[in-house]
This record gives sequence, C-alpha cells and structure tokens, in this order.
Amino acid sequence: MKKYTNTGSKDTRSGFGAGMTELGQKNENVVALCADLIGSLKFDDFKKNHPERFFQIGIAEANMIGIAAGLTIGGKIPFTGTFANFSTGRVYDQIRQSVAYSDKNVKICASHAGLTLGEDGATHQILEDIGLMKMLPGMTVINTCDYNQTKAATIALANHHGPAYLRFGRPVVPNFTPADEPFVIGKAILLNEGTDVTIIATGHLVWEALVAAEALEAKGISAEVINIHTIKPLDEEAILKSVKKTGCVVTAEEHNIIGGLGESISRTLIQNYLVPQEFVAVNDSFGESGTPEQLMEKYGLTSNAIIEKVEKVIKRK
Amino acid sequence: MKPNTQQLSNLTIQVRRDILRMVHAVSSGHPGGSLGCTEFLVVLYQNIMERKPGFDMDGIGEDIFFLSNGHISPVFYSVLARSGYFPVSELATFRKLNTRLQGHPTTHEGLPGVRMASGSLGQGLSVAIGAAQAKKLNHDNHLVFALLGDGELQEGQNWEAIMYASAKKVDNLIATIDLNGKQIDGTTDEVLAMGSVKAKFEAFDWEVVEIKEGNNIEAIIAGMNEAKSKTGKGKPVCVLLHTEMGHGVDFMMYTHAWHGKAPNDDQLAAALAQNYSEDEVDY
Repeated sequence: MKKYTNTGSKDTRSGFGAGMTELGQKNENVVALCADLIGSLKFDDFKKNHPERFFQIGIAEANMIGIAAGLTIGGKIPFTGTFANFSTGRVYDQIRQSVAYSDKNVKICASHAGLTLGEDGATHQILEDIGLMKMLPGMTVINTCDYNQTKAATIALANHHGPAYLRFGRPVVPNFTPADEPFVIGKAILLNEGTDVTIIATGHLVWEALVAAEALEAKGISAEVINIHTIKPLDEEAILKSVKKTGCVVTAEEHNIIGGLGESISRTLIQNYLVPQEFVAVNDSFGESGTPEQLMEKYGLTSNAIIEKVEKVIKRK
Repeated sequence: MKPNTQQLSNLTIQVRRDILRMVHAVSSGHPGGSLGCTEFLVVLYQNIMERKPGFDMDGIGEDIFFLSNGHISPVFYSVLARSGYFPVSELATFRKLNTRLQGHPTTHEGLPGVRMASGSLGQGLSVAIGAAQAKKLNHDNHLVFALLGDGELQEGQNWEAIMYASAKKVDNLIATIDLNGKQIDGTTDEVLAMGSVKAKFEAFDWEVVEIKEGNNIEAIIAGMNEAKSKTGKGKPVCVLLHTEMGHGVDFMMYTHAWHGKAPNDDQLAAALAQNYSEDEVDY
C-alpha cells in the first residue's frame, strides 16, 4: 500500500492558526473573532499582526455569532473561533437565524472537538456538532485530519462564499497531508486504493484508518481509504465509485454515531447502491475525563476498532 | 428633499392601513407593535436615515437599519415598500405561500431592504454592532440603526451585546427600544419586570435619549436628531421610545391583546375608518 509519512506531529488547531496568519497577510477582508480563547485557538499571530481586524468578544458566544453575521454586511469575511461545544450547541439558534438562514459569509471555526479534548471532560467534549451543523440548509461542514489539511482548509474557506463550519481539535496528531496539497471543498481524497473494503474516515480517525489499512494488508485484506474532510456537501461520486468496487464500507469518526459522517454515508448508500456498512463512532453517549489516548481507546475510536469492524463487514458481504 | 410633517403624517395613515389589511388578509400577524412603531419607522426612513437609491446588501455609504423584533414585520414591509424598496402591490402577498414577505423578515427570498433574518428574538443588536464595526473598518461614516422590543430585552444575548458595544466604543450605532410595556402574556411588569431600562443602559455606559411621545412625529424627529448628535463620541446611543401598542386604532390600544391577533372583517372596517387617507394607493 501507499506509504504515508508523519512529517512531524502537530495539533490541527495550530494549522488553523497558521492558516489565519496567512489569510491575515493575503486578504484584508478577513477578520477574526474570539470568545476569550486566543491561545487555545492559536489566534496570537493574527491578533498581533492585525489588531484592527481582531475582535475580542469576551465570554459571549451568542454575541460573537451575531457580530460576525453583521460584519459580513460591508464585505468582511469573519472567522469565529472558540471550542466546538461553544461554537455550535451553545449558539445553535444564532447560527440558524443570523448566519445560515440569512446566508451570511461566516466561518465558524471550532477547536477542541470530540473526545480528544481530554481531561476537561464531557461538558466540553461535544460529539453532536457535525450533526447540528450538517442539518442547517446551506451550511458547509468540514472536519480536517491534520495540521497541513487544517491550514489549507482555513485558507480555502476565505475564497468560498457562504456559511461554513470548520472542525478541528486539541491534541498533537500525525501530520501527513503534503503541505502543497490543494484543499478542494467537497472533494474526497483517495488515500489508498484497495479492493476488499472501503474505509471512509474524517478528522483524527483518518490516520487511524491508514494504520488499520496497513495492518489489514498484512492480513491479506486490501483496504481502500478515503479521507472525507467535507461532510457536507458530501462527495457521493467518490464514495459510490469505491463501494461499487469493494462491496462494503466502514466509516470512522470522532462523533456520535447518530448524526455524523456515517449516517450521511448510509443515506448515500441506501439511495444509490446498497452495501453493508459498519460504524466506528461514539455509541450515543457523552464522553468523560481522561487522556485523549485513553478516551479514544475506551470509546472504540482506534485503528484496532476499525480493523474489527472491517473484518465484521467483510463477512456481511 | 425631506417630507414635511404633514406628508409624514399622511404616510403614517397609509402605513396603518397597510398593516391592518395585511394581517386581516391572512388572519395572522402582529398588528399591535406594528401600529405602535409606525411613526418611528416612517420618520426613520423618510427623515432620519441617509439612504442610497436602490438596495445592496453591504450598504456602504449609507445608513442601515436592523429590525430585531421581527414580528412587527407588517410595519417594516409597509415602510420599505412605500420608501421604494419593492412594489407596494407586493404587500398583498404577506405571509402567503411563495412570498418574499415571510411572517418574519428574511434575506432568504431576496426582499430588498432586509439585511438580516429576525424573529427569534434577541439577535438583532449583535448583528447591528457587527455591521457598525464593519463600517468603521471600511472608513464609512454612516450610522447603523436598530429597533428592539422592550420585552425582547429579556433575552440574554442583548446584554452581552449592550456590554460589548460600550466596552468597544461602538459609537456609530443608535439602538432604539420600543418601550410599549407589553408582551404576549401581559405587561412587561407582569411577565418579567425589568426595572428601569434607562438606568440599565446608563449603567452599561451608553448614551441614552428618551422620546416620551413615541407616536408623535415631531418628538421622534427631535429625539432622533439628538441621538445622531451623540454619535461619534465614544459611546453607543440608546433611544428609549415610549410608544402605545396598537396606536391609531382605539380598540387595539391600552392592551396587549392585539400583539399577535388579526382583526376580523368588522374590526378591519372600524380600524380603517379611524385611519382614513384620501391619498391612498390601494394595493
């Protein structure tokens, strides 16, 4: 199988920060808003270099979303930044009315998504945000897998008109996306070609999918691996092309099994080409305190969990 | 040239007739607050705001307005239509299938004059603040106006926005509070007493202008001009507009009953008879 090299582990949120730094230099209409989490969101450089375009809102996320919507009136491209929980669940109605329904060009950028937020526990570990955001008409939903992809996605969003949700995380994870790989919103990335099973992963689970595919190869199972960074709009063409070849699919995400990527894939399959599917996702529960590694292990979001599901789904073909 | 007081007064009669007909035609909508804010919105659009001809979303180089209490859409739509944003005849489509005049205002159907959906309360002031800050970034010296209901101040997001606007010196913003003292379930004092709204805004370090006669055209002009004179001096400006819900229709006044209730045929006829205009262009 194709080899992917970790060029040096980094956190995805630092990729966001690097993307904002570049956007600050390149696009004078880009503005940033933060709700008292500058360090966590890696906004430091943007704030230092462009103080007039940086808005410290304070701990008032609803106000932040509204102000971002207002800033678009006059041509600004606002990027809001806070934890995923406070970016979505806390401000759902503000996003729904002032951003999505009003078709405002706001980029809602969310760090610390999912279990890998770690020790702070379930109050902060949102596992429902993909579902919340993908249900909003017109909302683009992106969940990036590593530093380079997060940086590229951040930059790409400034050139995309319309409301968007960009989800990334806290922990240091392998960085394997080539630094020069273009980010095309809505276009899946075929990471590895295979014939026995399709593994479709998003976010932190993409690396786990690659690790699983390598282990499966040693067992004589040829796994195709697709990186779905854009959950909405979904690249149905890439998904269907793959499953028509492999005949089964495992989806993997750091999200509740209800409302996530897996369910979007299920709908695509049911409407177009039905094959067995298994899910690697959190089984409709809240998280808890622990290290990211402990939590991913306990809640079954690892390469081993993907391997188990692959073996199960192949038997169902 | 700005219309004189008599012309503005005639227009308020026409707008009231529009409001009454719109809500009657679909047996739904919110006449009470709409009637109460008729003088204010007529004066705002015809006398106070500096507006460009036509409509573009960014509103650069003109004053812009946000309606936060979106349920008073009938008065907003009527004033927009009679200020030239879209044909008056379109008022007849209010709340009907495929209309651009949704129950609550929205940008979704592309209605000229509307820059933000509102209806879910408490969101308009934040949006107005953002638009005001965009004007500053664009070196656009025009103002941003917003209208909020008083009951709407019970929504917490407003207080986030009120705190932010003064802390960040958003001084190109005039937020008017429609102080009619009523909401769906009763008076604001009965539902959730807010104490002194004036003292609250002053405590949050806003400039406060009070318009005691919020249904008097000349009082509104004077008050809004005073509010404009206080902009650009480091503080956001709040206008406390004392209005009467249902103003102009005797049986709709001094009660909260007509907040969200439409008149029947007889009530419509009686209400129109109290608001007669020889100049009316019927839609």
